Amino acid sequence: MPAIDINALAVTYTGVDRDTRALESIDLHVGDGEPIAVIGPSGCGKSTLLLALAGLLPASQGRVNIGGEPIAGPRRRTALILQDFGLLPWKTVAHNAALGLELRAVAAAERRRIVAEALDRLGLAEFADAYPGELSGGMRQRLALARALALDADLLLMDEPLSALDALTREDLQDLLLEIWRQRGHTAVLVTHSIEEAVYLGRRVVVLTPRPGRVAAIVDNPGMGDEGFRSSPEFLKRCVKLRRLLEAEGALATAATGSEGDA
Amino acid sequence: MRGWGRKVGGYAAATAMLLAVWELGSLVVGSPALPGPVPAIRDFVTAFVSDMLPHLGVSAWRVVASMVLGAALAAPLGLAVGRAPRVDAVAGPLLFLTYPIPKVVFLPVLLVLLGIGDAPKIALITMIVFFQILVTARDAARGIPTSAVLSVRSLGATRWQVYRHVVVPAALPDIFTALRISTGTAIAVLFFSETIAGTDGLGWYIIDAWTRIAYSEMFAGIIAMALLGVALYEALDLAEARVCRWTRAGR
Repeated sequence: MPAIDINALAVTYTGVDRDTRALESIDLHVGDGEPIAVIGPSGCGKSTLLLALAGLLPASQGRVNIGGEPIAGPRRRTALILQDFGLLPWKTVAHNAALGLELRAVAAAERRRIVAEALDRLGLAEFADAYPGELSGGMRQRLALARALALDADLLLMDEPLSALDALTREDLQDLLLEIWRQRGHTAVLVTHSIEEAVYLGRRVVVLTPRPGRVAAIVDNPGMGDEGFRSSPEFLKRCVKLRRLLEAEGALATAATGSEGDA
Repeated sequence: MRGWGRKVGGYAAATAMLLAVWELGSLVVGSPALPGPVPAIRDFVTAFVSDMLPHLGVSAWRVVASMVLGAALAAPLGLAVGRAPRVDAVAGPLLFLTYPIPKVVFLPVLLVLLGIGDAPKIALITMIVFFQILVTARDAARGIPTSAVLSVRSLGATRWQVYRHVVVPAALPDIFTALRISTGTAIAVLFFSETIAGTDGLGWYIIDAWTRIAYSEMFAGIIAMALLGVALYEALDLAEARVCRWTRAGR
């Protein structure tokens, strides 16, 4: 599994009237097979960071290495899951899951085998011929995961992947994400605005400042992934600590709606 | 199959209603210029094979060729313009300037340049369909959610693959709607262009019957033209249902 090295990364959006600096001097190392969570006030450049890691936004300064390779474009085994899941409404569930393989010209028979396996793993086998519009939010999310599994992704980049779901579905999927991570040991970067989600799914939690986003703090989160972590005193303590840090960044309003408003 | 039954039933009821209104109108007006549906349909049936079929064929060919040509030229161009902000900065204003010009006024020019056969008629209808599809395709391409494009690009899609998997399918329903709406205009312009020059086509058939005061024949021609419009509209609807299956799923 690849490690990520981010060195003095800055990203600037070129606009019509003025340029907007979204990220500034980001230094971050994500270990091989480490899941980290990134949290921060709205518009702090969390999503920008993911797009830069996905090779979809060029760095204005600094550089990103993934698995020792500098990132200049999309990487073969990186899976990006966006907030609305990035599914194509005009493709069936099976074709959506197979898209990455199809773009890479994997033979049809091989594709079908891999996709059938991924859909089966995520409990979507009987919906293979349905369209995304016929699925519930949780199922769409699982389909996005199936696409990542079909690609045999070793790096998962997720941008608030669960924010559109109801509380119960959300906890289910958090457990599923954890389970898949335990089995596969992939490296993961999860952007979220929910404190609980960050603590539940991040071995470390990176707090960003308001725009332009910089690393304000990195909170170690030992115990993450342990059985019963969600109801342990450490979990609660860590959430409180993060809330304090976010308050200090003037981000309480967004963070609070993120964690409680959705529940 | 139930959908089909409902559709046929709907058409039957609508036709019955139209015929009733027509009969009533013909009784109220009481002029030979507005014969009732019975003589008109009788003439339609008798004239159809012997006399009208070749004209219907010519007209159908003209309008179908124009719509296919217009869509084939405009859809790719509109999508490309809509996806390229720099091209759009020039093409957009150009489009706003030229779109409102009524293309029908160019018919005399086309007649001079292309003669009086199929060519000027096809060129004129193509021009009209072209602009309608161009505007629609451009707007559709501009409205595609960034996240869909980003997701597909993150999977390593090339520019061409983004078109194939995202841009084209996303715009197809809008393009079909624009095509269906433009059938009305296309048939109207077809009628107009056939009455101005040439000696064939349903437009000519209708005007020829009019000059001979053969009113029920004239109405037979009008029925044929209406049927041509309905057939085109339904064909597009069927094609859309087949090509854009996802739009009907989950409803």
